[in-house]
Amino acid sequence: MTVTFPQKGLPWLLLLPQLAVTAIFFLWPAEQALEQAFYQEDAFGLSREFVGLDNFMDLFTDPLYYQSMLTTLVFSFSVAIGGMAVALLLAVMADRIIRGKLAYQTLLIWPYAVAPALAGVLWWILFDPSMGPIALWLDNIGINWNHYLDGNQAMILVVIAATWKQISYNFLFFLAGLQAVPRSLIEAAAIDGASPFKRFWTIVFPLLSPTTFFLLVVNLVYAFFETFGVIDATTKGGPGQSTTTLVYKVFDDGFVGLDLGGSAAQSVVLMGIVGLMTVIQFRYIERKVQYS
Amino acid sequence: MIENRPWLTFVSHATLIVGIGLVALPVWMALVASTHPASAFGVGHIPLWFGDAGAETWGSVLFEKAGNGVDTPVFWMMLNSLIMALGITFGKIAISLLSAYAIVFFRFPFRNLCFWIIFMTLMLPVEVRIVPTYEVIANLDLLNSYTGLTLPLIASATATFLFRQCFLSIPGELVEAARIDGAGPWRFFFDILLPLSRTNIAALFVILFIYGWNQYLWPLLITTDDAYYTLVMSIKRMLSVTDGDIAWNQIMATTLLAMLPPVAVVIGMQKLFVKGLVDSEK
Repeated sequence: MTVTFPQKGLPWLLLLPQLAVTAIFFLWPAEQALEQAFYQEDAFGLSREFVGLDNFMDLFTDPLYYQSMLTTLVFSFSVAIGGMAVALLLAVMADRIIRGKLAYQTLLIWPYAVAPALAGVLWWILFDPSMGPIALWLDNIGINWNHYLDGNQAMILVVIAATWKQISYNFLFFLAGLQAVPRSLIEAAAIDGASPFKRFWTIVFPLLSPTTFFLLVVNLVYAFFETFGVIDATTKGGPGQSTTTLVYKVFDDGFVGLDLGGSAAQSVVLMGIVGLMTVIQFRYIERKVQYS
Repeated sequence: MIENRPWLTFVSHATLIVGIGLVALPVWMALVASTHPASAFGVGHIPLWFGDAGAETWGSVLFEKAGNGVDTPVFWMMLNSLIMALGITFGKIAISLLSAYAIVFFRFPFRNLCFWIIFMTLMLPVEVRIVPTYEVIANLDLLNSYTGLTLPLIASATATFLFRQCFLSIPGELVEAARIDGAGPWRFFFDILLPLSRTNIAALFVILFIYGWNQYLWPLLITTDDAYYTLVMSIKRMLSVTDGDIAWNQIMATTLLAMLPPVAVVIGMQKLFVKGLVDSEK
């Protein structure tokens, strides 16, 4: 692409809307967060003083912050791995069959369109200890389910809701990946007498690794940053701190706890994490997917 | 089909059907729950089959008020959601088309810098900078307004990348031919570029509409006035009523109505949806 238009001013005019929105609503707040992270403000925003790295020191000596990090890791990996496992199983089955593939696909992909908060509410009610059918069934088989009191059960609940929504996405990408596996390889293995099970683990699964890796990163990013609604509409980070992920903590400390400096310091840390993940997503994945 | 293994085919179908059943389970329950009167939930469990209060609940939620402390009817919040979703979608597409056009078809100083600034928006999702963004919106006096709901969300690195890729694949001869025929940059944009990007725009439209409709945190922060509530965030307001007084039938009906439009879009435009999903991840 070498042919261009000669105008000098016009491109700036074309870029102006995008750059203006970016500057006002992205860069300015980011800069504010950076600045705020070095100040301590009183709850009414009347006065503030420069405290240097104190907010960060507080953050990294706060056991609750480490607990929240751990919660985020447990939550994110459970969502990513759980969702991918279920989706891979369904995709392998859908790839095998000939009749009705599109119908199955249609019936599996719609949860993508459901807002995370709504997904949370739907599962919340199924598991409600006093009236939810699943909770009552669990009670019958001897499991006492109460996510209002039990932190682990609350975590399981938000993981299920967040995973449910993401299965459709993983399913589509796995199905596309499976369809790209050369038939001749599988036929050759079949002629050599390899069972479908063996063919999957020795041929198909290794060939899927670029897709799998790509989905792992995308799912982690999803679980980190896009599941705020699931948690906010259901557990609100509780009981205790058991479902307070890092993103939820930024919100909770900033808007509910009114600790603006602390919240800003957390924002800065999170921006670092997103930056890192974006770089991984762009650099590493691009290279890995190339050879497939 | 590599070989014929009837039982394996049977297992495949069975697994898929069980999967579909599990995926549909919560929606089925919500649908059943929404057809019972609010009093049915106090007795200890959600009924497992349809009741006869469905029409009443759905009607009152849609046209009178959503209930549980939200006095706005659902159809009004649907309009708000629609305005927000379409505003975000058209906004993102329009400004991304223009910026990709500038970056691909013009040469000017700091071109790469501009590209990187747009790229940075990927690294700054609203969720990680909630408080300062709220302050910026408050300073600009955009709380409780449609502008506040849409404008801050319309910067889009993903859409810009997608259009950039699409424009880069257009052969230089086409541009040359257009220029020889006397077409200026605007004419080229409207008569050649836009028609060529039609499928990409449509695919992106589907993805962005879902993104816009499902916004939750942002409207929750900046709307305190019932008149600007969007449907998805109103669920949170409805759930903040004290526990004993929650009318679950109304919540379920509202939840289903809130997911209906984007789900219909995904199912109705499945091909474009899949294309958009795959393209926007490149």
